[in-house]
Amino acid sequence: MRVGLFVTCLVDLMRPSIGFAALKLLENAGCEVVVPDTQTCCGQPAWNSGDKPGAEALAKKTIAEFEGFDYVVVPSGSCGDHIRTEYLGMFASEPEWRDRATAMAARTYELTDFLVSVLKVEAVPGTYKGSVTYHDSCTGLRSLGIKAQPRALLAKVEGVELKEMNGCEECCGFGGTFSVKFGDVSAAIAERKCDFIHSSGARAVAGGDLGCLLNIEGKLRRMGDETTRVLHVAEILAGEV
Amino acid sequence: MEIKSMRFKANASASLANVVLQGNLKNAKGKFVTKRAEALKDLDDFEGTRDAAKAIRNKVIDNLDLWLERFERKALDTGAHVMWAKDGAEVCRLVTEIARKHGVKKVTKSKSMLSEEAGLNQALEAAGIQPVETDLGEYILQVDNNEPPSHIIAPAVHKSLDDVADLFHKVHGTPRKTEIPALTREAREVLREHFMTADMGLSGGNFLVAETGSVALVTNEGNGRMVTTMPKVHVVITGIEKVIPTLEDLSTLMRLLPRSATGQSISNYFSILTGVKKPEEHDGPEHLYFVLVDSGRADVVGGDFHEMLRCIRCGACMNHCPVYQTIGGHAYGWVYPGPMGSVLTPLYAGIENSIDLPHAATLCNQCGVVCPVGIPLPELLRKLREKQTDAGLRPLTERIGLRVWAWVAQKPTLYALGARFGARYLKWLAGKSDRISLLPMAPEWTRGREFPAPQGKTFREMYAARKGTAA
Repeated sequence: MRVGLFVTCLVDLMRPSIGFAALKLLENAGCEVVVPDTQTCCGQPAWNSGDKPGAEALAKKTIAEFEGFDYVVVPSGSCGDHIRTEYLGMFASEPEWRDRATAMAARTYELTDFLVSVLKVEAVPGTYKGSVTYHDSCTGLRSLGIKAQPRALLAKVEGVELKEMNGCEECCGFGGTFSVKFGDVSAAIAERKCDFIHSSGARAVAGGDLGCLLNIEGKLRRMGDETTRVLHVAEILAGEV
Repeated sequence: MEIKSMRFKANASASLANVVLQGNLKNAKGKFVTKRAEALKDLDDFEGTRDAAKAIRNKVIDNLDLWLERFERKALDTGAHVMWAKDGAEVCRLVTEIARKHGVKKVTKSKSMLSEEAGLNQALEAAGIQPVETDLGEYILQVDNNEPPSHIIAPAVHKSLDDVADLFHKVHGTPRKTEIPALTREAREVLREHFMTADMGLSGGNFLVAETGSVALVTNEGNGRMVTTMPKVHVVITGIEKVIPTLEDLSTLMRLLPRSATGQSISNYFSILTGVKKPEEHDGPEHLYFVLVDSGRADVVGGDFHEMLRCIRCGACMNHCPVYQTIGGHAYGWVYPGPMGSVLTPLYAGIENSIDLPHAATLCNQCGVVCPVGIPLPELLRKLREKQTDAGLRPLTERIGLRVWAWVAQKPTLYALGARFGARYLKWLAGKSDRISLLPMAPEWTRGREFPAPQGKTFREMYAARKGTAA
């Protein structure tokens, strides 16, 4: 099974360890993983900012780079959904691209969804010691139905004690460019998320989208919390923490 | 109503800095959410009911002219007058004319958002006619210097018990009361006098039923019945999109509206009002007028934002919106706040008058999930952003920045170089620390939180190095 790993621009820039964790998890499950080196961004920031030409160009580029694989896997619900759902609506008047987008959408998965739903993995390589609470990122949760998958995988990691927080499904306030356009509102929403995390009593918070994690970690630290760890679920599953 | 949406960002900052408001928002937050979730439990099939409701609303808005004509014919048969208003100014003119014709000095009002859109109270006052808001929330706002509502079904939700206690003490000149029942009784006593002496009652309309020419009213305080039955003239002001085909359809929609709005299986009062008082009847208005308002709605029909016309004004989207919950309704600057307001304000009050609103959302889609008629609010907000960009309405720096970024992202070598530089630059900013406390290119981010430092190298270069070693 040849899997194309779409690392995402944020992981490439900010936290390569998440990309390597995803790579390890996929290889460990027996996939032949290819990381096309021309990949950049799926185009979601352009699409959500109203730049349709920019978004379409990046969508075409991404489709061309990844359509040869059996599967495309993305360590982000938000980018994964952009490829799976938004690409389809983008090419209403370009039948050729619509067909290519449709074909790729059907083979594109968010990482934890892929590990559980397609690979049906029995075991993961990571071990971890401590309590973890899980933040459900909005797009993964509400658009792709990512909810049970990361929890099922975390349950396979020896030493993880999952402590659910109230409001785990509430938005953290990141929202892509929203976080810099309305920084004060974004940070105020993040504070509520951090309160939920603290009330859970967990020593770490995990999630599947780096954008949310940067937002949450940034707010926790500004609130004076120096100890709560903020981790991508792939990092825990792969034991790369 | 005057539109202040261009000041959204400043308004939002003011809301965040307002300690009293923040306390009130914290108190209110979650109440609607919890009650709605509870109320939906006794609905056997939410998704199925929602699909049915969506189909009913689509049926109407896809042939709006046809359903409006049917409604008009039926309403005329019941003895009502039907008038059409192109915009808010015409609403004010028509209602003032009706009032003059019947020699009206005082108008009691049940809640109407269309009246807010049109700024009707000011127009009535200017014509020497006294408007009296009788919905408790609206009454509180009216006596507080005509403060605008901050929520479509709970207009005074931004106020606390203490705020209202102080207000009533001041405007009624009575001893300060702190118990809710005592405050409510005080308002009732004031309003009772108005109910008895008003010459005209004015209400909104939750639905117009084409089959019978009726208006359906969903209320909780009973004021709606006083307003619509006691005065000799009743004027209904509502948007042209509010029509539905049948009473059967009404029952389907009513399974969702109170549950989505206030978490009630049915509101305390639910009235279906048809026609004028007949000779053998004891109460009801002698004259009934429908003022059906366009104010931008007809332009939405058949376009990119057509689905927005399904909206039944329950307020669930704002109740569940993280942004609304954090800043309240006033920041949005016009009649409709929250996600539905961020779509409606640009459509009805001008896209150029509300540049920030479509962007004032994280696109978390909690609104889309709870909407009882399945309006894809995030998708509509995104389309508005596109429309703004196409019309050149976004700031030049943002448009250029996006174009440059999208162009670079199509050039892998250049992009890789940029990312390498970016990772190192951010790492350098962080120094020995694991965070950046002031991001020069995005100070908005670091005003309220840290920016975690990157690991320093890009995935791309580390992966290339690893492959190189392995080979």
